[in-house]
Amino acid sequence: MSIPSAPAVTSGRKSAARGGRAAGTREQLAPGGSRSAGYFFVALYVLLLLLLGVAPVVYAVYLALSGSGGLTSSFTSAFSDFRFASAFEHILEFMVIWLVSQTFLVVALVLMLHNLSQRVGAAFRFLFYIPGALAGAASVIVWLFMLDPTASPFGFILHWLGYAQFDNTVAPGNLPPIFAIMAFWTGAGGWIVVMYGALNNIPHELLEAAQIDGSNAFQTAMQIKLPLIRKWIVYMLVLSFAGGTQLFVEPTVLGSAALGVGISKYWSPNQLAWFIASEYDNFNEAAALSLVLLVLGLMVAALLVWRGRLFEVE
Amino acid sequence: MRFGGLAILLLFTAFFFVPMIWLFLAPTKTDGQLVSDSPFAFGSLSTLAHTFHRIVTYDGDSLLIWLKNSAIYSFGGTALAVIAAIPAGYGLALTQFIGRRLLLSITLIVMIMPATALVLPLFLEMNKLGLYGTIWSLILPFGFFPFGVYLAYIYFSSTIPKDLLAAARIDGATEWGVFRYIAVPLARPIIGLVGFFAFVASWNNFFLPFVMTYDNSQYPLQVGLQQLIGSTASFNPANYSAGTSIVVLHRPDLAMAVIIAIAPVLIVFLFAQRTLVTGMLTGATKE
Repeated sequence: MSIPSAPAVTSGRKSAARGGRAAGTREQLAPGGSRSAGYFFVALYVLLLLLLGVAPVVYAVYLALSGSGGLTSSFTSAFSDFRFASAFEHILEFMVIWLVSQTFLVVALVLMLHNLSQRVGAAFRFLFYIPGALAGAASVIVWLFMLDPTASPFGFILHWLGYAQFDNTVAPGNLPPIFAIMAFWTGAGGWIVVMYGALNNIPHELLEAAQIDGSNAFQTAMQIKLPLIRKWIVYMLVLSFAGGTQLFVEPTVLGSAALGVGISKYWSPNQLAWFIASEYDNFNEAAALSLVLLVLGLMVAALLVWRGRLFEVE
Repeated sequence: MRFGGLAILLLFTAFFFVPMIWLFLAPTKTDGQLVSDSPFAFGSLSTLAHTFHRIVTYDGDSLLIWLKNSAIYSFGGTALAVIAAIPAGYGLALTQFIGRRLLLSITLIVMIMPATALVLPLFLEMNKLGLYGTIWSLILPFGFFPFGVYLAYIYFSSTIPKDLLAAARIDGATEWGVFRYIAVPLARPIIGLVGFFAFVASWNNFFLPFVMTYDNSQYPLQVGLQQLIGSTASFNPANYSAGTSIVVLHRPDLAMAVIIAIAPVLIVFLFAQRTLVTGMLTGATKE
């Protein structure tokens, strides 16, 4: 490692540091520098954290608790809203389909890819990963096309399922699996790449020993590889769960294709919160609802950080 | 690998990749050809030129305005994210101060928590502060990027030996000098990586600008795309009734708009895949 500019900088100040007590103080502080320097470096980030991470939450708590009917009134009215239960039912149904199929398919695909030669496996991973570049409205629009039986390259499947028109495909009952397909399409490739990386950390000797002991490819996958990537599977599940509760883009964009009648503006909880804020100007209830979602996300994140030991804190 | 396994892999390759191929072929065809021709047929270059012209000139120059807005929000947010995250990652990794571990834990929690969970509270806050509808309601939240701080923290703690910095301090370098002349020159790869992830996150964000903007002239591309669906004949035939002066778009036009919207991110994905994967692994699989 080269440090081209360092000597030039330090040489001019050498004499100052050597004089008197200053040198002693510096040596004590040398391993970590001075405290005030640490504060200086993180200052801007901490400011942003307070302004855009902490303050909005504190303000939302304040709004949620200052509803006109008393401390908990915003929460009780949000929970008793007839749309509240159905919005959570929708995302529950979506998440069951998505999480189960994603877990099974990502693990199956990554184990299969790991049996291929390095080069062929890399080509597949690349192709699976590319849809990750599309997010937000773009990927939903791509799937509007894919779900349109008249133009879709998958039209033969849609026709076979009995859907002749776009509005047949996006019938309300089909929405949870449709959103699951969209989420899988953009997200699965990234997870495959991550888990493939974890599989590559398995010592070659271990796999060889298993082979010598008479383990076939399937047994090796199930009994050696799978347990070693188990914590990544848990990580994927938990993160996807947290993200899934927040569903907003997909139903919103799909809803603006008016042929998809029956998609309400409050299909998911996040949509409902925005609907209450923007259509009724009821910020108290919107804040209460958004806090429910925030707490869900926070609990999952805290669980991973403190119990999961997935991240390096020291 | 046996035949069955390979067949399954090819099936999924079709699932992941066919929509991309279709998307890039769509603007070369007319809406009629999209229905009548094979999904993988190439139309013609002149149709492509027409499609491009139609979408770029649609409704004044809406698309170009959205493109400009996307660029302002994303580059502004990215610049702020980098300026905040690089020193913060350095401070967390290589200096000592009270509250350092706490700050690190909070950073991790906010990083893992879905960013969308903060959108509505941010909307309420910006509304209160009077920043709703201004570019700051987007640039500031885009600039708050804990994932970048974590990436920088991992990078600085694993690539720069503390002894090196201690030596510079003993030699009399100021704290700022150590950062500016030792850490920053060594941090070029991580500046690029944090910048890229911040850019993609801002460029692709839909929910936040959807909530924070209220006028056509403020929309970024992601929100603009959603508006275009409303003008696309086959998705909204009600707007297609005869006698209206609304310029109607067709599916190839919408596909062209999507391509324009995703182009910047897609190009980086294609050419910097290796770097990206390294970054993902740093962020997600650090053990």
